[in-house]
Formats: sequence, C-alpha cells, structure tokens
Amino acid sequence: MKRTISILVENHAGVLSRISGLFSRRGFNIDSLAVGVTDDPSISRITIVADGNEYTLEQLEKQLNKLIEVIKVKTLENDELLARELMLVKIVAPSEKRSEIATIVDIMGAKIIDLSLTTMTLEISNTSFHLARFEELIKPYGIIEMVRTGTIAIQKGADSISVKKQ
Amino acid sequence: MKAAEAMVKYLEQEGIKVVFGYPGAAVCPFYDYLSKSSIRHILVRHEQHAGHEANGYARITNKPAVCIATSGPGAINLITAIATAYADSVPMVIITGQVSSEQIGRDVFQEADVIGAAEPFVKHSFLVKDAQTLPETFKKAFYIAGTGRKGPVLIDVPIDVQESEIEYSYPELVSMRAYKPTSKGNSLQVKRVAAAIAEAKKPLICVGGGIISADACKELYALAEKADIPVVTTMMGKGAVSGYDKRCLGMIGMHGVSAANKAVTDCDLLILIGARVGDRAVRSPVFLAKTTKIIHIDIDPAEIGKNIPVDIPLVGDSKIILNQLLEVVEEKGHAEWNEHLNSLRKAPVFEAAGTGFINPKEFISKLSDAADENTIYVADVGQNQIWSSNFFKVKKGRFLTSGGMGTMGYSVPCAIGAKLASENSPVIAVCGDGAFQMSMMELATIKQHNIPIKIVVMSNKRLGMVRELQTKLYKDNQVAVSLEGSPDFIKLAQAYDIPAFRVTDDKSAQEAIDKLVRNDGEPLLVECMVSPIESTL
Repeated sequence: MKRTISILVENHAGVLSRISGLFSRRGFNIDSLAVGVTDDPSISRITIVADGNEYTLEQLEKQLNKLIEVIKVKTLENDELLARELMLVKIVAPSEKRSEIATIVDIMGAKIIDLSLTTMTLEISNTSFHLARFEELIKPYGIIEMVRTGTIAIQKGADSISVKKQ
Repeated sequence: MKAAEAMVKYLEQEGIKVVFGYPGAAVCPFYDYLSKSSIRHILVRHEQHAGHEANGYARITNKPAVCIATSGPGAINLITAIATAYADSVPMVIITGQVSSEQIGRDVFQEADVIGAAEPFVKHSFLVKDAQTLPETFKKAFYIAGTGRKGPVLIDVPIDVQESEIEYSYPELVSMRAYKPTSKGNSLQVKRVAAAIAEAKKPLICVGGGIISADACKELYALAEKADIPVVTTMMGKGAVSGYDKRCLGMIGMHGVSAANKAVTDCDLLILIGARVGDRAVRSPVFLAKTTKIIHIDIDPAEIGKNIPVDIPLVGDSKIILNQLLEVVEEKGHAEWNEHLNSLRKAPVFEAAGTGFINPKEFISKLSDAADENTIYVADVGQNQIWSSNFFKVKKGRFLTSGGMGTMGYSVPCAIGAKLASENSPVIAVCGDGAFQMSMMELATIKQHNIPIKIVVMSNKRLGMVRELQTKLYKDNQVAVSLEGSPDFIKLAQAYDIPAFRVTDDKSAQEAIDKLVRNDGEPLLVECMVSPIESTL
C-alpha cells in the first residue's frame, strides 16, 4: 500500500543523504521524494511516498526517528491528506492542433506556459493520479520532454505537523 | 586560541585520560597540542585497532572513548572498528583529520569522504566547516554517543579548521530539539509488566548487552530475586549475572547451552531486557510456544517489534525501568519451575584431546574456574568465541566480544583498551590463530606502552569455524581455510620481547593457566595447540 510520510528535519547539509541512505539500506522503496524549506528556515520538510505493509512502515518511522536530525515523522492517512505534484511537459503542437490542446488544458486545470513554432509547454499541478490521466490525454500529440516533482502533502482541516519555534 | 588546541581542551573537559590513534598530515595540528596536554596517547599499529582499543576502553568505563586518525586511508581504516562499535552500541567519539576545506571534493592526496563512507555505521557524524561550531559539535558528539542507545559519533575536521583562531569556550549542556532519548518507562506499561509477572507460572528473564550498558545489573538481580525468576543471557549479555550464580542458566541461541534454550522454549513469560533478539540469539519466533507472553524492554523503540512480535513493549533506560518495576512487582516463588530448569543443567564432559593437543573447552573451563573474580575476558571471533561463551563464566568481571559485527582480530586491541581502562583488573584475550594474525602487530603497542595483557592463541592452523561449516554444509570441501605459512607465534612474541610459551598437553595447560591468572604486570602470550578437527559442538 502506498503511504505518504512527512518528515520535519533540521535544515543541514547532508540530511537528505542520510534519509535516502536509510531507505536504501533498510530495503524500503521510495516512489517519490520532495524536499523544501518550511516557514521556519531552520527546518526542512521532506515528503516521501513509499510502498510497504504496516510492519515496514512502522519500522521506517522508528528508524527515521532515530536519526539525530529528524525532528518529527508522521505518516499521513490517505483520506486525510491533500497531495500535489507538479508536472512540466513539452509537446509537439503545430498550429492546427493548438486549440484542441488548449481545450484539454482548460478542462484538466493545466496551464500553457510557453509556445514555440512547433511546440507547447504545459504546466499542471494536482494529485499524481490526475497527472497520470493528463499524461494519457496529451500523449497522442507527442511528448518531447516531461518533468515531474515528487508529491508534497498537507493534512486536511486544522490539523498540522509543526514544531515549536526555537 | 588555535582551534586544534581548543579541541584538545574539549577532550580534557570531557574527562578523557587516554586516546588511541595514528597521526598523519591532516591531523597534525591536533597532535601538536595533544602532546602538550594531560591526555595519554596510545600509538597503535593500524587505525582499525585504535577503534577497537577505544571500544574496549569505552565498554569498561561505560563512557565515550576517543580514537583519532588522519584523513583518507587513516580515516577509512577505522570503518570496520566504527561498524563493530555501532553493532554493539559502544559509545565512541572518533576524530578524523580532513583535507583543507577548499580542497574538499577535488580528489586531492589522502582525501576520502569518511562521513559518507561511515554513514551506515555511525549514530551521528559531523563535518566541521566552521571552527566557531567546534565547541557545540564536540559537546553534542559526546552527548549523543553516551546517551540513549549508545554508539559511535564521528567528527571530521579539515586541517584549515584546526588551524583557525577561535575564542575558547565549552558549553556545559547541550540541547537538541530532535534528540531527546526516553529514559523513564511509561507507568501504565510498567504496571502491565508487573501484572504479567504476577500471573506467570514460568517466567524467564533474557538479558542482552543493554543491561550492562545501562549499568543495571544490580537492579536486574534484585528483580530476579524478588519475583524468583531465572535468567538467561545473549552473548552480549554474558556477565550481567555471574555465570556461577544459581539464577543464571547461561547463554541462549544457536551456540548457546541447551538448558538456557530449553528455558526459552518452556517459559510462559519471556522478559527481554536490553536484548535486540538478534538472529543468532533467537532464530525465529516459532521457536517460542504460541502461548508465551513476551515483554520487551529496550531503550531503542526501533528494536521493539523488529525481530519478534511483542505483547508488552516498554521503552526506556533499563536501570530506571527496573527500579520502577521493583516498586510494583510482588514477591513470589517459582520453586517448581526453577527446579525443572535446574534439572536440565548438564555438567560438561570433556573428551581427551589427541597427542600434542589440548581440549580448548576444558582449557577455558579451567581458566574460568581459576580466574580472579574481576577478570575481563575478551573473546575473539570464530570457534574460540563459541568455546569462550560456553565455558568461560564471568564472576564479577566482564566478558567482551564483538557480538553483533563478529569482527575478527577484535580481542587483542579490545583487551589493550580494557586494560588501560581498568589497570587493576586482569585482562585475558582469547583468539584463534586466524584472528591473531589480523591484529598481531599490536604486540608492538603492548610493548611500547607497557600494557600487561595476557593473550591465548588457540592454534589449529585452520580457520576453524569456516572449516567446520565446510565440513557440515559443503561435504567437507575445505577451501581457503589452511593457515600454512603462519609464523612461529612463540618466536614472534619473543621478537617483541614478550614472554610466550606453547601448550601441548594437560601439564603445560595447567602451567599456562597458573601464569595467565597472575596479575603480575607482565604481558604474556600462550599458544594452545588445538586439533584441526575440534568443533564447537
């Protein structure tokens, strides 16, 4: 089962390598990983989507917690989270196809962010499931280049994962 | 003040009296000031042994011990020792010199990413890029190494950082928001444990190295007495209760004694304390009866439920938890259960060895009986480790061995460190002729620094443990296990001006034991000739 894990860490050099090292060393598979600084510049937040059963995930949380620079670990329940992933994709778009593509972009909630004589560059931010559907729709036009970030996620409602300011 | 001088002063502040190391260009500024300090430096003959010596020192003092190496090969030679300490949760602070900051990443002479290379085997590590962070870094390193589940912490210091000027200061305390080791046990869980003990008819305590690390052996014995519970140990837990005590059934596991293993199978409540249920100790949970209740007390929450499903988990420092338990556990007797277990004990029968050989099990058993009660016994890895753990019984001293990593060549350097930590205790290292040849260069360290340890080399001209495996599982196809070409160890010891003699029969064995147990301030090497077909069974 896919799970989304949020990790608050000290914003130090080398933290990411310790965390990714721990995953590979203990045989945990990462589907995606995203990292960025939080509102507190001393803290970074890492979002990892990983596959595993309950035992694996419990071990994973405990092992992550053992790292000295890991402040907090929380596995977000799938029905309690808002997840987003960003995709940039450059496709073949001769002038006669552009309006057709624009319709798909509009319906799927994407954006056209660049144009050339022969190509279009699109941007979409949504769940990884939605991005996969969008990819299916634009594939027939010819994908030249595609890049996706890892998923980032936050809890629904008023709940939060935070640390008291130092 | 030069940062290098400050680094030496931090060690003095931490109460460090002895360090183990090997200098090199990138750590010269530090050594320059080390020579002007109160700290004794033990020059080893290979960096790996500096690590094992710090390991032995730390296991006796129960505080972080320090070892030092230079950048590149010096630092990475330490990795086996770091991994050995990590596997056995031994507190160490490792200081390595690094090439100059602006050179890092250019593959310059003697540059190695030791932080990256050691990452899987350290509790934590620091690459110091700014000399101003040195005081905090050292304080944190000692704090992290010596608290919670102890372990090695690495500090990598580039030479330009060592040479920079800083104001001297050293923090009294350090606080890290992300590192708060649990110490007290959850009181509700403590009550559940007490209730389970009250209910149990056939309770058993199984202790690992964690109990020794937590300095909780007295509390353990008090609990065993109060609730009348027999005790078995893992290899790392040997010595937590004297092997001669009526409550101690000995070591469990693949290489354990049958009475102890039978106790684990027969009990209805298994209380694991500071034991991580390693694969050599408890092969599979199936090994336990389905109705056996399991309590797991450990300082590391990640160990609970990792290798065995647990009914009552209890996280915390075992000394504190045992004191909590002693308050709530009721006095109780388990006469029938203890009687049953006592009936399983078997007095060992030693077979006569062939001409020119001695029986190593009998030798160790006699050595055990004759040894001073405070003896620190260090077993190496291989057949000698199994013979030692089965036949050496700790009185009030210690049994040290590389339990988790199983690092060959551990015993001699570990014994050196242990001796320096406890100069009044007799220290005996027992190894095979394979392991000895991985650390025999330390005879020079012993001589140079006058460290009077006794060494027993069990010589069968084989890598005996591997030979035994090949005999059992590979149709006796003996591959790469002959140690033909080994030197005459007696002549070798004499070359270092260390007294030595060879044991080939019962008479010379007795002479050897008499000399080995003498705490006379002299080093000694005894080579015991063992038959190549001798086994661990």
